[in-house]
Amino acid sequence: MKKILCLALCALMILAVVGCKKDASTGAQTEKTDGANAPDAGDELVFADGDQYDTIGGELNILNWGEYIDPDLIEIFEKETGVKINYVEMTSNEEMLIKLRAADGLFDLCFPSDYIIEQMIREDMLLPLDYSLIPNAKNIDPKMSAFTNVFDPGSKYSLPYMWGTVGILYNTKMVEEDVDSWGILWDEKYTGQIWMYDSMRDTLGITLKYLGYDLNTRNEAEVAAARDKLIEQAPIRKGFGTDNMRTSMINNKGALGVIYSGDAYAAIEENEDLAYVVPKEGSNVWYDNVVIPKTAKNVAAAHAFINFLNDGNVAARNTEFICYSTPNAAAMERLDESFTEDETYNPSQEVLDRCEVFHDLGDFVDVFSAAWSKVISSN
Amino acid sequence: MKRKFFAFPYIVWMVLFIAVPMLFIFYYAFNVNGQWTTRVFLETLWNMDYWRTLFRSILMALGTTAICLLLGYPIAYILSNMKKTVAGFISVLFFVPMWMNFVLRTYAWSAIIEYAIPDLLGLAKSITATPAGRTLAVLLVLVYDFLPFMVLPLYNTLSKLDKSLLEAARDLGADGRTAFMRVVLPLSVPGIVSGITMVFVPAITAFTVPALIGMGNYSLYGNVIDNAFKIHPQYAIGSTLSIVLLLFVLVSTVIMNYFDTDKEGGSIL
Repeated sequence: MKKILCLALCALMILAVVGCKKDASTGAQTEKTDGANAPDAGDELVFADGDQYDTIGGELNILNWGEYIDPDLIEIFEKETGVKINYVEMTSNEEMLIKLRAADGLFDLCFPSDYIIEQMIREDMLLPLDYSLIPNAKNIDPKMSAFTNVFDPGSKYSLPYMWGTVGILYNTKMVEEDVDSWGILWDEKYTGQIWMYDSMRDTLGITLKYLGYDLNTRNEAEVAAARDKLIEQAPIRKGFGTDNMRTSMINNKGALGVIYSGDAYAAIEENEDLAYVVPKEGSNVWYDNVVIPKTAKNVAAAHAFINFLNDGNVAARNTEFICYSTPNAAAMERLDESFTEDETYNPSQEVLDRCEVFHDLGDFVDVFSAAWSKVISSN
Repeated sequence: MKRKFFAFPYIVWMVLFIAVPMLFIFYYAFNVNGQWTTRVFLETLWNMDYWRTLFRSILMALGTTAICLLLGYPIAYILSNMKKTVAGFISVLFFVPMWMNFVLRTYAWSAIIEYAIPDLLGLAKSITATPAGRTLAVLLVLVYDFLPFMVLPLYNTLSKLDKSLLEAARDLGADGRTAFMRVVLPLSVPGIVSGITMVFVPAITAFTVPALIGMGNYSLYGNVIDNAFKIHPQYAIGSTLSIVLLLFVLVSTVIMNYFDTDKEGGSIL
């Protein structure tokens, strides 16, 4: 009797699991077709310049942020070059550094942000790019260099992959006043509905900006002031989030959230009550870039993949899928107005003028870290 | 000789996964950027913030253990008095959720607390909007996660209990309550002790539940250690805190084992 019951239970569990899987896959499909003007998944992708890729073979180990590439592109590249891609995801720049340092040769490509590139160059962790293997690098919008030169002069080691700003996503039904300052994040009216971003540099950075300081400050008193401001916010804050914040905002569970422009764009597509603003005090403009670690094993495939990503059609399709802004001018020409004319996706020069990139803090990062651990352990 | 041979894999296991990691913890606590120093170790010990968080974790773990015991004992007692087949079936129901990954279950709870409950009750905000609500939510999920660890050792002890002792007690004039208090309860102490140890130790080291349920806005000791290793690695601080926690768990386990005169059940923890 007991055995039969056990078996029946097992069968039930398996059914439930199978059921879930089905749901998940159909969910993914609808998401893809929803992906605005992206060509259907089944469509053969045509390279912008009629590029041909040689068969390279071997394996390519990629370390990238979660949900940060159209998975179809990986398949297309694998088919085109015979390279087998092992794709690993990370949740923060710091985690990426830990993974890279763990052992040599684990990864051939990764996608660090601006200030981390500065640090990696300083620590001699990167391979200079061979531009003869990346003809599509010409597609990168030259105006990006104003920012990318700050962390990698002359783009010697890195090419920008995606970029954006940090701002406030807010629900226009819950927040009736105009949002134009970071100060609203400390307004008790919104107790329990304020999301902050779970990232040391971003959260301390915008708080420094709000207090009128430089977000790359090397002044301990200023960092301490930002720390105390964030500790003061603890009772009214909902939490520090990343992807869970986006879900929460889409479902009208949060009124205000500090978020990256790409996530904001995707959220607004799903809930039209949401709006995004880069506050007047200024903010951070950031670049995620593709680099090859010095210890990479399959350098040829890594270069081919970078070239592939910078193809106008590939980059357009990728940015349509992940909603982050592309630095690729050829891709911008192919994008729909719903992207190019959107202030969130393509911020005006006036917004960019009050934004700056993060710098590597060197040893001073310890001061930031200590402040940040205080903040997140304060409640 | 033969015995030693069979123990070999176990020893290798212990060295690789217990001794070596412990050495690493001590190494990192006293070695900062390749230099031997006690500076960070002492600074961390003197930092009252960490002790405050430890105190909160202890309260949270004690609360979890107490609620688990209060809920788990009646469940185990009722189960042990049922027909074996029925009891077996019901305990399977207890295990089934445990087949699923713990993190996944915690995510599910996060969705229930954030979306399902407020939607059902028509609330604009979830209970995690306030610090007290977050504490409650974390406690709830910890109890949910660790309840089986309390029920199982208790059920084990109670079902092995010699029923003739109870009959003897009744024969000698004890009423049901007295028989329970004077016979069943004392005899189930080993089960209670292992249950408490099996809940208290994971509860005090928990960091996934507070991180996911408190959404980064609620930290226990485990989270502080987690952060020290994750955010621009402060290995020395993380290792020092780990040593403190390790000692604390060790001491509390020794105290618990002192009560466990029978040395039965899962007291190896």
